[in-house]
Amino acid sequence: MPEHYIPIFIFAALAAAFPAVTLIIFKYIRPEMRAVGAKLEPYECGIPPEGDARGRYSVRFYIVAILFVIFDVEVIFLFPWAVQYGVLGLYGLVTMFVFLGILLIGYVWLYRSGALEWIYE
Amino acid sequence: MDAVVEFLKPHLLPLLWAVVIVAVLPLVAGYIVLLERKVMADIQARLGPMRVGPHGLLQPIADALKLLLKEDIIPANADKWIFWIAPLISVTAAMLALSAMPFGPVFQIADLNVGLLFIVAVSSLGIFGIVLGGWSSNSHYALLGALRSAAQVVSYEVAVGMALVSGLLLAGTLSMRKMVEAQAEQGVWFAFLVPVGFFIYLVAGIAELNRAPFDLPEAESELVAGYMTEYSGFRWALYFLGEYTAMIVVSGIGTTLFLGGWLRPFPNVAAFDFLDYLPAVLFLALTGYCFYRAPKQPVPIQKAVMGLFGVLCLGITAALGWAVTLPAEAVARAGILGAFWFLAKVFLFLYSFMWFRFTFPRYRFDQLMRLGWHFLIPVSLVNVMGVGAALVLHRQAGWPLWQGLVLGTVVTLAVAAWLILVRQRRPVAAPSAGGEV
Repeated sequence: MPEHYIPIFIFAALAAAFPAVTLIIFKYIRPEMRAVGAKLEPYECGIPPEGDARGRYSVRFYIVAILFVIFDVEVIFLFPWAVQYGVLGLYGLVTMFVFLGILLIGYVWLYRSGALEWIYE
Repeated sequence: MDAVVEFLKPHLLPLLWAVVIVAVLPLVAGYIVLLERKVMADIQARLGPMRVGPHGLLQPIADALKLLLKEDIIPANADKWIFWIAPLISVTAAMLALSAMPFGPVFQIADLNVGLLFIVAVSSLGIFGIVLGGWSSNSHYALLGALRSAAQVVSYEVAVGMALVSGLLLAGTLSMRKMVEAQAEQGVWFAFLVPVGFFIYLVAGIAELNRAPFDLPEAESELVAGYMTEYSGFRWALYFLGEYTAMIVVSGIGTTLFLGGWLRPFPNVAAFDFLDYLPAVLFLALTGYCFYRAPKQPVPIQKAVMGLFGVLCLGITAALGWAVTLPAEAVARAGILGAFWFLAKVFLFLYSFMWFRFTFPRYRFDQLMRLGWHFLIPVSLVNVMGVGAALVLHRQAGWPLWQGLVLGTVVTLAVAAWLILVRQRRPVAAPSAGGEV
């Protein structure tokens, strides 16, 4: 039903245009000010900023991102299954139990190996 | 020109509604901020904003004007283009998610057959705005806030998805409209059938919104303002608009799937028909209050504004009263009353978000991740299995639905209790002093 998406596209254009247009219009309306000096530096509670912010950060953020991909793909598999559940019946239940069972085994392994811990002991 | 008109003709009502949403939403978001400040004041035994307009009713407008006219600073080391565009992504994604939201049986831009999937997909694009904003600022606080936000939203997305699936199993459709119709047919809100799913949705939804007690990405005591640290003026306001719109979206999904959408309480029971008059009576009382308070305001202009709000309430009362007098099958009646009930439920959600914010202390980041990965995800997984099993028992073995669901809920709660016990027996390492993010 592609014609359903026509109002959505127009709404998307409106929703994107509204903040952008407001930003641009008020750029010309508000009193012009040129920030200089410390105002342009990143805020570090009054201390001069120490180096570039884009340094190395904790590897745990990457691990969470990778785990998210696995689990979220599985949730996306569950959506059509849930919609068709009335048709699939017992067969759907058994197949999904097998699918979720495999996932659960993986989850237990992750849990035991400590991948889900934010603080390593 | 004629071709364009011909092309848009069947979409006239949705487009009108789209324009109304884009025009009114910033105002509504501003007033939700005022409501939040008033709720906060109430919980903390203060008065809250009282100066700008009667009872602070013009505060959002004054704030918006102030923010629009404020100096707009882009830090020297920032990535200018990304810095510029990040808040726009945040707002647009949150607003776009409203396009499939049914604000009553009439007021909906489009009823997609993949409605819920569309809303979840689009609204999770908002995280790009936060991550890009934090990264482009080139500030330690902003970057850490953005990273935290990404990790948090991503972790709770799974729990939210799983909680939604437990409701979807009962609804059997992704269309937002048919979800509500399914609840009307079965005569019960799904929150009562899958209470665990609803609870997980509520908790994980708050975490996805980066709201207290899970507001680690913008924890004032640690990260100043998190990803928004370098933003000022109207760009900052855009982030706020995006955040409050996302609150409406999360509340709207919860309302539609778990609280019966635009249905009034007990829609199929004739004895509760008097509830149809409740909206008009409520607004009539509000009108009376406004007119009663108007002469008591200290300054003439505040008297006038209070009177104006009274007139506004009177208008809403008239619309609601007119809707009730229409025959039961009239579209306008269903539309107006439906919109009232939908918004009432959304505001119930919003109020509880505020209530939680001023009641619970903030989590520590490792506690937050543990709650998500160690508790909510396995519990929601078991909950989906329980609901699935209950439905098969109902449909193929002829059990009453509630028996199966009670069994599933009990099993889920047992697993939850076991998870808590397992966790308590394990010694938890104290957070080390350095390098924690």
